[in-house]
Amino acid sequence: MDLNSLMLMRHELILTLLILILLIVDIVFTGENKKKVSYIAVALFALYTLISFLPLKEGTLFGGMFETNKMISSFKNILNIGVLLISLLSINWLHNKTLKHQKVGEFFILLFASLLGMFFLISSRNFLMLYVSLELSTLPVTALAAYDIYSRKSSEAGIKLILSAAISSGIFLFGISFIYAAGGSLYFHDLVGSIGHSYLSIAGLIMFFAGLAFKISLVPFHFWTADVYEGAPTPVSNYLSVISKSAAVFILMITLFVTFRELIDIWTPILYGLSILTMFIGNFFALRQQNLKRFLAFSSVAQAGFVMMGMLAANQLAVATVIYFMAIYIFSNIGAFGVIQVVETKSGKLNIDDYNGFYRTNPNLALVLMLSLFSLAGIPPIAGFFGKFFLYTSAASKGYYLLVFIAVVNVTISLYYYLLVVRAAFLRTSDNPIPYFKNDALTRIGLIIVVVSLFLIGLYSPLYDYINSVVNVLNI
Amino acid sequence: MDILTLFVVIPVLTVVALVFSKGIKQHRVVALIGFIIQTLMSFNLIYQYLHERAAGNHDVMVFTKDVMWFAPMNIHYAIGVDGISVLMILLTSIIVLTGIFISWKVDDLPKEFFISLIVLASGVYGFFISVDLFTMFVFYEIAVIPMYLLIGIWGSGPREYAAMKLTIMLMGASALLLVGILGVYFNSNADGGALTFNIFEIAKVNIPVDAQKLFFPFLFIGFAVIGALFPFHTWSPDGHASAPTAVSMLHAGVLMKLGGYGIFRVAMYVMPAGAHYWANFFMVLAVIGVFYGALAAIKQKDLKYINAYSSVSHLGLVLLGLLMMNEIAWKGAMLQSLSHGFITALFFAMIGVIYGRTHTRIVTKMSGLLNVIPVAGALYVIAGMANLGLPGFSGFVAEMNIFVGAFQHADTFHRVITILAVSSIVVTAVYILRVVGMMLMGPTTPEFKNLPKISWYEKTGTYILVLFIVLIGVFPFWWGGIITDSIGPFIEKILTF
Repeated sequence: MDLNSLMLMRHELILTLLILILLIVDIVFTGENKKKVSYIAVALFALYTLISFLPLKEGTLFGGMFETNKMISSFKNILNIGVLLISLLSINWLHNKTLKHQKVGEFFILLFASLLGMFFLISSRNFLMLYVSLELSTLPVTALAAYDIYSRKSSEAGIKLILSAAISSGIFLFGISFIYAAGGSLYFHDLVGSIGHSYLSIAGLIMFFAGLAFKISLVPFHFWTADVYEGAPTPVSNYLSVISKSAAVFILMITLFVTFRELIDIWTPILYGLSILTMFIGNFFALRQQNLKRFLAFSSVAQAGFVMMGMLAANQLAVATVIYFMAIYIFSNIGAFGVIQVVETKSGKLNIDDYNGFYRTNPNLALVLMLSLFSLAGIPPIAGFFGKFFLYTSAASKGYYLLVFIAVVNVTISLYYYLLVVRAAFLRTSDNPIPYFKNDALTRIGLIIVVVSLFLIGLYSPLYDYINSVVNVLNI
Repeated sequence: MDILTLFVVIPVLTVVALVFSKGIKQHRVVALIGFIIQTLMSFNLIYQYLHERAAGNHDVMVFTKDVMWFAPMNIHYAIGVDGISVLMILLTSIIVLTGIFISWKVDDLPKEFFISLIVLASGVYGFFISVDLFTMFVFYEIAVIPMYLLIGIWGSGPREYAAMKLTIMLMGASALLLVGILGVYFNSNADGGALTFNIFEIAKVNIPVDAQKLFFPFLFIGFAVIGALFPFHTWSPDGHASAPTAVSMLHAGVLMKLGGYGIFRVAMYVMPAGAHYWANFFMVLAVIGVFYGALAAIKQKDLKYINAYSSVSHLGLVLLGLLMMNEIAWKGAMLQSLSHGFITALFFAMIGVIYGRTHTRIVTKMSGLLNVIPVAGALYVIAGMANLGLPGFSGFVAEMNIFVGAFQHADTFHRVITILAVSSIVVTAVYILRVVGMMLMGPTTPEFKNLPKISWYEKTGTYILVLFIVLIGVFPFWWGGIITDSIGPFIEKILTF
C-alpha cells in the first residue's frame, strides 16, 4: 500500500488529523480563551469541507474492506456540510451553556470522531468493518447526548442511548454471525449470490436489518428516539436526527440492494410494511407533542418512513432519490433544530405555545423555521417538495400506487402538525412572547446557508442530475 | 425572457421590492405598480395572442417554451397558452389588481399581506401557463399554501379553524392529484415512447383504458375539490367567511377556477375514455352541488356565507358544463369560470365595503342601506343581478351556453340533470332578491343612519369589475370566440377518441 492508494481515504485521514490537532489545541487554550477552540474547530472543519470537494480517485483498500467511489465521496461531502452547519449553530449554545465548565473542545472532538465512524460506515464493504465503524460512530454520540452534565435529562438521554445502542448492536452482530454462517464470508462482494434462501440467512438479514433500523429509528425500533432527542443537548439531537440517520440509511440501502439482492422477496414486504407503520406512528405521535424537540423527533421518525418507501424500487432511481432526499432532509431538519436551539439557548423556551407571536418579535428566525418546516412537509418551491415527489416517483415506478397514496395522505397529516407550529409563530399573538434577540454572526451564516440551500437544491436541477450521474448500483 | 415567464418573474420581483420597502404607503404603491404592470401585460398577451392567431398560427398552444428541468425523469419547465388560458390570466390580473385597491387600508402587517397575496397570484399565473404536469403541480401548491397565512393572520371569526380546514382539504386534494399525475406519467409510454409529464405529449398516447378508469377519478376529484365539487366543498364556506375581503375575492374569483381549468385541460384531455366512463357519476355530484349550494344559500344569514354557497352552486355549473361533453357546454363552462370570477369578486368586494361600515354581515341586522350608501348599494344590486343571470351581464351568457349545451342530450338522465340545474336559477333569484330586499330596501336601521361614503379606492376596484361583467354580457361573441378557437383540440381528443 503506497501513499497514493492511501489517499483514497483522504476524508478519513484529514478528519483524524483534525481531531488530533483539536486535542492539542484544547490543551493550549484555557480560561476565557477556551472560546477560541470552538472558532478554530469550525474554521478547520470548514477548510476540510472545502478540500473534500477536490476530485477523488475510486478504488478499494485493505483487501476490499474499504471502498470509495464518486457516490460515496459525494455522500460524505453532504454529511460534511451537515456537520459544518451543526458546528456553526452549536457555538452559540456552547458559549452560553458549557463554557463555564471549560467544556468546549471535546464537543467537537467527539462530534468529529463520530463523523469519522460514519465515513468508515459508508465506505465499508465488509460486515466486520461495518460493525466496528458503527460502534465508532455511536459511542461518541452517547457521550455527546450526556454532554450537559448538570442536566438530569441529558444524563438520562445518554444512558438511554447507550443502552439501546448496545442492544441493537448486539442483535446486529448476532445477525452478522448468521450471515457468515450462511454465506461463508463477510465481504459484501463474496456474499452476492451465495447467501441463499435458508432460514439462517433470512434470520441473519432480519437481525441485521433490525440493528440498522434502530439507528434509522423505524417503527417499532423507534422508542428511544423521542426521549433521547428531548434530553440530549439540541445540537446533538440535531446530529442524531440527520447525520446518524442518513449514514445508516445509506449503508442499509447498499447492503439490501447489493448483498441481499437475492432475498429481495423477503425484504420488500418488510420495507413496505415498516414504511406504512413508520409513517403513521410517527405522524400520529407528532400530532400531540407540545415539546418541540419531541415533536421533531416524531417528525423525523415519520420522514424515515418516506425514505423506506423510496427504497422499495431497488434500482438506480431509488438510490438517487434517496440520496437526494436525505441531502434535503439534512438541511431542512438542521434549519428547524437550529432555530429551536437558538431560541432555547436565549430564552429557555421549548414548547409550541411559547412560540405564540414569534414572528412579530423575531421575524427572520420565524421565517427560517417556517421554510424548514414547509420543506419537511413538502411544500414547493422549497426543496423538500422535490425530494418527496421523487420518492413517490421511485415507488410508483414499480407500481406501488397504494403506498404512494398512503404516503401522500400522511403528508397531509404531517402538514397539519407542521402548520400548528406555523400557527403559533405567525397567526397568534402573545402577552409574553419570546423577546427579540440578536444572533451572532456564525449562527446567522449557518441559517442563511440553510435557507439558500433549501431553495437551491430543489429548483437548481443540476444538483439532482449530478447525484443521479454518480449513482451506479451495480458497481458497488 | 419570454412573454409568459414574465408573469411569474414580475410577481417575484414585486415581492423583492416589497421586502425592501418601508411603511404601508410604500408597500401598497409597490404592490399596485406591480399589478398594474401585470394587468397591462395581460392585455398585451391577449393582443399578441389574437395577432398570432390572425397571422395563421394554428398550433394548440402558442408562445410555447420548453426547458429541460430534471432530465432523469424527463421533467420540463414547459409553458404555452391558448385562448382559454389567456382569458384566465386576464381574470387573475384584474382580480388581484382590484383586490389590492380593496385592501388599501390593511393595517396589520401590510407588507406580509401583499407578499402572500402576490405569491398566491404567481402560483395561479404559473398554473395557467404550464403545459407540463409537474410544473403545473408545483404552481398549484404554491397557490394554495399562502392561503393559510392570508386567512389565518388577517381573517376574522374562527380564522384559525377555517384556515386549517381549507389548507388541509386542499392539500389532501393535491394528494389525490399527485397519485393521478404519477399514474398518468407511468402510462405515458404506452405507445412505446419515453415517459413524459407534458400534457400534449401524453395526449398523443392512448393510455390503456383500464388505467384511465383507475386514475381519472384521482385527477378529477383532486381538481374538483378546489372547484368546490359536492361533497368536497365544505372548506369553501368556512374559508370564504373567515378570509379578509381581498382574499375572498381572489379565492372565489380565481383560485377556485383552477379546478375547472385543470379538469378540462388535464383530467379530461389526457384521459378521454376515463372521462366518458365517469361522466355520469360526477354529473350527479355536480348537479347536487348546484342545487344544494343554492338551497343552502337561502338559509344563510351571513352575507359571506350566502355568497360562498352561491359560489358552490355556480361552480357546480362549470363542472356540469364540462361533463356535458359538447362544444357549447364547454364554451359555457369556460365563460362561466370567467364570468363567475368577476361577479363573485364584485360580490365579496361589496360585502367588504358594507362590512367595513356596519361591522356586521348578518342580513337581518341591516335595512335600508341604499338610502345611506347609494353607490355601494347599487353596486351590490348589480352584482346580484349579474349573479342570477340577468341578460346584459356576463352570468346570463355563460349559463345560457351551458344549458343550451346540456339540452342537446336527449336521454332522460341528461334531461333530469339539466332541468334540475336550470331550476336552480329560480332558487338563486330567491336568495339574491331576499338579501337585496331586506338589506338595501326599506326603512334605514337607526344606527346605520350615518355611514361614511364609499371611498375612491373602493370605487376604482369595483368599477373595474363592473366594467368587465358588462363587457362579457354585451360582447359575448368576442369572448366566446377566443374560447371557441381553442376548444377544437379538445373536441378532437375527447369526443373522437
